[in-house]
Amino acid sequence: MTGAGFWHMGGYALYVWSAYGVTAVLLVLELVQLLRRRRAVLRRLKAMYRMGIDEA
Amino acid sequence: MTSGGGTFTRYASPAAFYPLAGRLIPWFAVPAAALALWGLYLGLVAAPTDFRQGDAYRIMFIHVPAAWMSMWLYVTMAVYAGLGLVVRTRLSSMMAAAIAPTGAMFTFIALWTGSFWGRPMWGTWWVWDARLTSELVLLFLYLGVIALAAAIDDPRRADRASGLLALVGVVNVPIIYFSVQWWNTLHQGASIKMTAAPSMGAIMLWAIVVMTLAFWMLSFVTAFLRVRCIIVERERHADWVRKLVDNRT
Repeated sequence: MTGAGFWHMGGYALYVWSAYGVTAVLLVLELVQLLRRRRAVLRRLKAMYRMGIDEA
Repeated sequence: MTSGGGTFTRYASPAAFYPLAGRLIPWFAVPAAALALWGLYLGLVAAPTDFRQGDAYRIMFIHVPAAWMSMWLYVTMAVYAGLGLVVRTRLSSMMAAAIAPTGAMFTFIALWTGSFWGRPMWGTWWVWDARLTSELVLLFLYLGVIALAAAIDDPRRADRASGLLALVGVVNVPIIYFSVQWWNTLHQGASIKMTAAPSMGAIMLWAIVVMTLAFWMLSFVTAFLRVRCIIVERERHADWVRKLVDNRT
């Protein structure tokens, strides 16, 4: 499959690309969320150690 | 020199596993990306249009791997949870907690892609048939495990409660797998059986296998990333975590 037919998916474009699109978005979002969580945790712990309190 | 205890017991300590998981991440991330690209090529470009289902059947190349991962990750999570309950290794419970969200996500993907495959083929987004319903129950089990752990402040009690739920929920996995044999379902039977030659073309089979491996490798990446967050959160009173945080600019 190549060219315009590829995106058309034999008339099933809505279904095929909704399935693949949502899957791709979720997989990427999970990775982004995990990298942000890591930064947030380290930042929170740094503040916690500096202030000598346990709020993490 | 370390004396006593093999490699496994050594890495069962969160302090030892934290750097190991960090070093392992690229070794799973690079194959995950490469396999995903290869699998997408096989499934979307190389595989021929199906004579009965047209191009809609291409949803299978993410639907089946996601469904397999949803069950496999549940079993893996339950084994870690069981180890945490019985052997009381802290890292096991942390690994169980690290796997749950990824498992829930693959369960959701299996349901979502199944819905978008079912609509053009069966004429409905959803039916309460045994396969679909048991997979939905799996999603609720994952969410229950996550919510239960989040609702209890004391980490060890949270581990025990959510671990117990994870273990009990394992009975649902064979129910999902065999549902298409035990009940008369709208859902088709297993695409690939252990006991029989696959009923599909070699390229399609390869596309499913490659995408499954891609999802599996990605699951290692997300589980290791998440367990590293969990480790530093829970071990925040340990000296090594303090040093680690202090050493970062």
